Amino acid sequence: MKDEIRFTGIPSAGDLAAIPGIAGEERFEKGAVAVIECVQEIPCNPCEKACPFGAITVGQPITSLPVLDEEKCTGCGACLAKCPGLAIFRVHKNYTEDTALVEFPFEYLPLPQEGDTVACGGRDGNYVCDGKILKINQSKAFDGTTLVAVAVPKEHYMTVRTICRKKEANL
Amino acid sequence: MRKVQAIVIGAGPAGLAACIEIAKAGGKAVLIDENAKPGGQLFKQIHKFFGSREHRAGVRGYDIGSQLLKETEELGVEVFLDSPVYGLFQDPQGIMVSYMHEGQEKALLGEKVILATGAAENALTFPGSTLPGVMGAGCAQTMINVNRVLPGKKVIMVGSGNVGLIVSYQLMQAGADVAALIEAAPSIGGYGVHAGKIRRAGVPILVGHTIKRAMGKDQVEAVEIVALDEGFQEIPGTGQVMACDTVCIAVGLTPLTELAWLAGCEFTFIPSLGGHIPIHDENMATTVPGLYVAGDIAGAEEASTAMEEGRLAGIAAAEALGLYDEITAAPLKGSVWTRMDALRTGPFGQKRFDAKAQMLETAKGGKE
Repeated sequence: MKDEIRFTGIPSAGDLAAIPGIAGEERFEKGAVAVIECVQEIPCNPCEKACPFGAITVGQPITSLPVLDEEKCTGCGACLAKCPGLAIFRVHKNYTEDTALVEFPFEYLPLPQEGDTVACGGRDGNYVCDGKILKINQSKAFDGTTLVAVAVPKEHYMTVRTICRKKEANL
Repeated sequence: MRKVQAIVIGAGPAGLAACIEIAKAGGKAVLIDENAKPGGQLFKQIHKFFGSREHRAGVRGYDIGSQLLKETEELGVEVFLDSPVYGLFQDPQGIMVSYMHEGQEKALLGEKVILATGAAENALTFPGSTLPGVMGAGCAQTMINVNRVLPGKKVIMVGSGNVGLIVSYQLMQAGADVAALIEAAPSIGGYGVHAGKIRRAGVPILVGHTIKRAMGKDQVEAVEIVALDEGFQEIPGTGQVMACDTVCIAVGLTPLTELAWLAGCEFTFIPSLGGHIPIHDENMATTVPGLYVAGDIAGAEEASTAMEEGRLAGIAAAEALGLYDEITAAPLKGSVWTRMDALRTGPFGQKRFDAKAQMLETAKGGKE
């Protein structure tokens, strides 16, 4: 089946299983962690320097896939806005007893407000579940990229990757 | 006639980088561009660039443009705008560059001339392709990011290279909807991360599909798309009509080589670089003495590589002008080559790496 990213634009389960940017199952239980969904060898390495803890390594050549050191990663999220591909997410699986936190870069207007309940989508943009906006972070250091954090039912921690874009709202 | 050490034609990323290197070497460079503003396509690029973090990766394109302009200003590069170049003539003292400015014919003599004229978008013809609303993706990008005008509200994008993917994303940022992106090839041409961004926004990407016709009375109102087999032939019965008010075409670039032809450069044909390319060596020197090329005219790639090629041509021209000796120039050129090689690795770069290697072989063959 042709389900790889080069056919669909969506990293498949197989694509994601094969890369070194995603921590192991146990690490997700322990707390927030970066999820680097970079599955193609493209010449790019800003993430490497973005991490203040040295948890991301690209090395040479710069087309190498970013490797996440899951022990060094504190889940701070400093790498999210530095990825030109918007392919790094922050996931806290055990945010509360029932919910997981998923944070992602978002570059559209209008933005939701903190506390809003919004439709959350998967890698294909389709609706997955409702989520609650925990934080809208527009730090100047992000250079125009907004980070949106949502709380979603725990089982969706590896499915939700965006909020569904409000269409035609700003025309 | 006024004579300068170097004339660079085209003020995009390659031309700006070339001027900066010549000026850094202590040379006098004049930059000529036909547009009202310098920067080429850089100021349309509102996304963060890929590449090496030492070389502005992660920085938005227009910020890179501003940085380059500031550098050229600080280094005292003279910039002539609104000045289309229409002729290059070989002269015992160099190359004469003829251009128009405010309706007047003017000329300037350059000991060395660097062509950094870029590339133009390819067209696609189909019934209805002349309807208003059918445009190049670069045109739509200029409208939204430079002129702040939305070309339409419902867009069909044709072509899945990085241009098609990025402009789709930017059209949505500007407030339009992208109904679908279609691609004739069986797989997506550009980076998966760019595709991923528009998929997360709910845009379907249909590989193995092409546009059969555009319909509409006074402007495009719908398109018919069809599925293609592996031989790029229409699969009967697969036609579907999609409503839209804009069709963007992003099916590759062709180097703008007119001035190189005029100057008498020898050419080679490399489809993966966009077609006819002036033959150039490891210094970006063409077969015409004193004439260099850099950026998309030397093979359509992307802005980061264009900047590196501009630097390389600038350093090589400075060396040829005697501003650098061989010992100083060699490591400078070497580090550019290291960075360019890095940009041409991986599944997306290998084809261009091979094509450029083939180019160097062709250039060597010509010299022997």
